[in-house]
Amino acid sequence: MSGHSTYQPQSPFMQWLERRLPIASLVYSSFIAYPTPRNLNYWWTFGGILTFMLGVQIITGIVLAMHYTPHVDFAFNSVEGIMRDVNYGWLLRYVHASGASFFFLAVYVHMARGMYYGSYKEPREVLWILGVILFLLMIVTGFVGYVLPWGQMSFWAATVITNLFSAIPGVGDPIVSWLWGGYAVGNPTLNRFYSLHYLLPFVIVGVVVLHIWALHVVGQNNPTGVDPKTEKDTVAFTPYATIKDAFFIGLFCLVFAWVVFYLPNYLLATDNYIPANPGQTPTHIVPEWYYLPFYAILRAIPNKLIGVCALGLAIASLVFLPWLDTSRVRSANYRPAFRQCLFIFFAAVIGLGYLGSQEPSGGYVIAARILTVYYFAFIWIILPILGLVETTKPLPNSISESVLREGVPVGASAPPSGA
Amino acid sequence: MTAISSAEPTRRDFLYIATATVGAVGAAAALTPLIGQMNPDASTIAAGAPVEVDLSPIQSGQIIQVFWRSKPIFIFNRTRNDVKLAQDVDWQTLRDPQPDSARVQAGHEQWLVVIGICTHLGCIPLPHQGNFDGWFCPCHGSQYDSSGQIRQGPAPLNLPLPPYQFISASKIRIGETSQA
Amino acid sequence: MLNRNIPKIHRSIFALAVAAALSVLGAWSASAQDAEAPPRQTWSFHGPFGTYDPAQLQRGFKIYREVCSNCHSIKLLSFRNLAEPGGPGFTEAQASAVAATFQVTAGPNDQGQMFQRPGQISDYFPPPFANDQAARAALGGKLPPDMSVLAKARGYEAGFPYFIFDAFKMYQEGGPDYIHAILTGYADAPAGFALPPGGQYNKYFPGHAIGMPKPLTDGQVEYTDGTPATVDQYGRDVSAFLMWAAEPTLNARHRLGFQVMIFLIVFTGLLYMTKKKLWHDVLHDPELEKPRAST
Repeated sequence: MSGHSTYQPQSPFMQWLERRLPIASLVYSSFIAYPTPRNLNYWWTFGGILTFMLGVQIITGIVLAMHYTPHVDFAFNSVEGIMRDVNYGWLLRYVHASGASFFFLAVYVHMARGMYYGSYKEPREVLWILGVILFLLMIVTGFVGYVLPWGQMSFWAATVITNLFSAIPGVGDPIVSWLWGGYAVGNPTLNRFYSLHYLLPFVIVGVVVLHIWALHVVGQNNPTGVDPKTEKDTVAFTPYATIKDAFFIGLFCLVFAWVVFYLPNYLLATDNYIPANPGQTPTHIVPEWYYLPFYAILRAIPNKLIGVCALGLAIASLVFLPWLDTSRVRSANYRPAFRQCLFIFFAAVIGLGYLGSQEPSGGYVIAARILTVYYFAFIWIILPILGLVETTKPLPNSISESVLREGVPVGASAPPSGA
Repeated sequence: MTAISSAEPTRRDFLYIATATVGAVGAAAALTPLIGQMNPDASTIAAGAPVEVDLSPIQSGQIIQVFWRSKPIFIFNRTRNDVKLAQDVDWQTLRDPQPDSARVQAGHEQWLVVIGICTHLGCIPLPHQGNFDGWFCPCHGSQYDSSGQIRQGPAPLNLPLPPYQFISASKIRIGETSQA
Repeated sequence: MLNRNIPKIHRSIFALAVAAALSVLGAWSASAQDAEAPPRQTWSFHGPFGTYDPAQLQRGFKIYREVCSNCHSIKLLSFRNLAEPGGPGFTEAQASAVAATFQVTAGPNDQGQMFQRPGQISDYFPPPFANDQAARAALGGKLPPDMSVLAKARGYEAGFPYFIFDAFKMYQEGGPDYIHAILTGYADAPAGFALPPGGQYNKYFPGHAIGMPKPLTDGQVEYTDGTPATVDQYGRDVSAFLMWAAEPTLNARHRLGFQVMIFLIVFTGLLYMTKKKLWHDVLHDPELEKPRAST
């Protein structure tokens, strides 16, 4: 990976620092001169969006933690104290709560981009696996965080999800009471979930560092899937990718602000404004929307243990994508059959998400089972077979050539007449 | 990339300057709630509302302690002797010169109301102890007299006075001196 | 080789099929929704420029004070909230006067006992019953929920595709709509409906048997500002009051939201123009503009 130029410290102070801790040259080579494919589209901005959202969640989380009390008798009221009495508390709370949703929205788009363009394929397998680990960390962080307001949904989601572990034969029940710290979800559970919720985002930061490091070693993928060959294929990260990321983060923030200021409770369950009551289960226990596809898969299977295994396998399967996908061609732009199947996969995930929010009865159960079968079939059966039998479209020779496209430069007004 | 030949900011530069400026304004505005949330919240400010104390149960010579805004307040029902000792002091020679009359309210000289935090390093002095008919601070040995003035030890200032007013002959309101 | 157009039609048909399937499935499994959807009302605080109507909040507070507070607590609301901006608009003196009409438990006194004293502005609204058990004992086993966040704790699931439209309409008033519907929804049970003991028939309560006896009748609470004293109006006013109690910062949220949206639109626009300027030379690279032989 050769940069367009290397860092030359100008001032005496920078020269002094560079010799002792070359952080300036690291930042320069990683985020300023770093060669980025020139043909990246806006789907590539979601990594930057995720980094931004991680920062937003950590900062709002830390200031919220200054006012929150992690005790079953005070948690709900302390959150209401934040909403009513803390200066701008309502803003911080709504940003943090909606921020979790937007964080997951961005990660799903980011993963979809990776699946579409084959960004998980060689040599980016470790990058992809680090991403799956990040996804898993996000899921756990979001889960323990949702328990903290100690509403009805907080309590019962904690009860249902921790009870999943009782499906493990033999050691299941001791594990569950170990998680709870008691005979049921209670104050020890709330306290330890608070500690974990504060800890895990910083673990995420560490894994993000590894994720970006793994990315920079192999370089970005691009919409053609063809590696950069010459300097003409890439541009410097700053200012080109930086400004593109900044613009799309601005758009993302517009939607985010619209929800925070005008729809703050749209994504939140009304039941979570009822203080937790261990003696009464809500009629519909629904997790937050970003867990719904996996919730649907869990409920689709009538056997408790196999359902839990299916839930775990649904996420764990992603790890094996780089090896299950046998195609030599990366980008779905050049794999029409794979593209169709992948869009059906995305539709299946969205469908599972909808089904996860509904009562598991009648036609909903049948539909969930069909979509679950497709989910696993796509990953474990269709992907390996497709790569071996599909016909792909011819790849461009280089990124620059793809930008050129039939002799017409990108951005020109009209193709030559006679086309 | 074309070199910018003129030394004047071009239209392109104006765009960059405008973007950067608007961005800086946004960043500063985003800091406002993050820093502001640490200021005392509405419930804390409400809890700091004035406190009313009924003086009638306080015996002559007795010192009681109440809390206002989480600070200890000493209320001393001074005997005639305590008042005389306080008024007879040559106050101009004291470390923090103040006449006793400036530390009590006219017509209510028997009542001394002071904030019970030692002006040295913040401990709560002990009443009816020390050599000056007032308080003794056990942390570093400061001694205050029956007017709460520093007489001996490392404390630099007299015990401070909270705002208070008599709302009747036997009741004070510690907090605002004017009607809310 | 597929023509480019056909896959688009395939996608549209597919999307329509999915939508149809979902609607059918929804109808098939409609047993969950066994109460009518609460009719949607107009609220002064709806939408990005909505604000509370202080006069309405004062009327709603009067209803809470005279009717609801006999059974329902509102423990997270403080008397000082009545005087805060964005609310019913009482002065601090008026809020103190309201506080003084309530008896608040304080203590322990020097004898070690709790006692009652008139409320101060910094106090919270005292509950009508000392605890849940006392409430159940007094009300035949029923527990009236606390009203502090009731307007956010209630709502109605509109189902697909209405929840998509609701996002664009910025509909956040499911709670007040539900409360208004409940208060006006008392009716005689239809023939054959088995009412459990202690229950009353309500059109909009899930299961139709609500434990709360009909709380409001026409003319029950006197309005001094000429507003009609009907159950429907009472329902609107107390629902608005409860929405304010649940979300007292709504006015500030809408105001700041407007400023933030304007800022973001301007800033994103500037970023877009900057991006265009910076990328111009990359997208119109002279070296890449050499025409190639056409196919």
